[in-house]
Amino acid sequence: MRVRVQAEPFDYGAECTGFGQGGRDVGAVVTFLGVVRDDSGTLAAMEIEHYPGMTEKAITTIAEEARGRWGLADLLVIHRHGALRPGEAIMMVATAARHRAAAFEAAEFLMDYLKSRAPFWKKEIGADGDSWVAAKDEDEAALTRW
Amino acid sequence: MIDILYFAWVRERIGLPRERVETAAETVADLVAELAAREERYAVAFADTSALRVALDQELSEFSAPLSGVREVAFFPPMTGG
Repeated sequence: MRVRVQAEPFDYGAECTGFGQGGRDVGAVVTFLGVVRDDSGTLAAMEIEHYPGMTEKAITTIAEEARGRWGLADLLVIHRHGALRPGEAIMMVATAARHRAAAFEAAEFLMDYLKSRAPFWKKEIGADGDSWVAAKDEDEAALTRW
Repeated sequence: MIDILYFAWVRERIGLPRERVETAAETVADLVAELAAREERYAVAFADTSALRVALDQELSEFSAPLSGVREVAFFPPMTGG
């Protein structure tokens, strides 16, 4: 299990290559990539602030819960911070399990929890000024299914 | 002494990322009341605590939680990771 919080870009392809493979107990690998989207059409950058120390702890807690609950053979979370341009990768999740249902569910669980329980805050830097991205009620509601 | 950290728009409204304060506050809510009484910028930031979250020593907590033994308090808006 690996958790990385970093400003630098990561190589999604390289991270996925070989992930969870090579053993005899893994039948399914699911990977997810989050990318900076420009809804307004005027986004210059997405500035991601985080809480050094708590971020790593919070993600590790979420990841350990996922690993235990779905019996994952391996798990990887990478989340970036700093100024990112539209189209750049923000974060990725990879899960490896015996069966695909567990790998998919664990990846969705990780995404739902990272969204509202990992201390990151997004600010949109646009042509018309800057604005903090507000948390959505449905993101909080998404946690109730787990 | 207790370290107080502010993130995102809370940091911007108060105008600093962290500070160390001497306080006798027993709970987070008491600390918020103390800070809000200091200056307008704090009062504005803490006007609606339902829009805020708090972490004590890097664990999410509640405004009713006691502060005894806590070294680091952080205030921030709901998180937007992922």
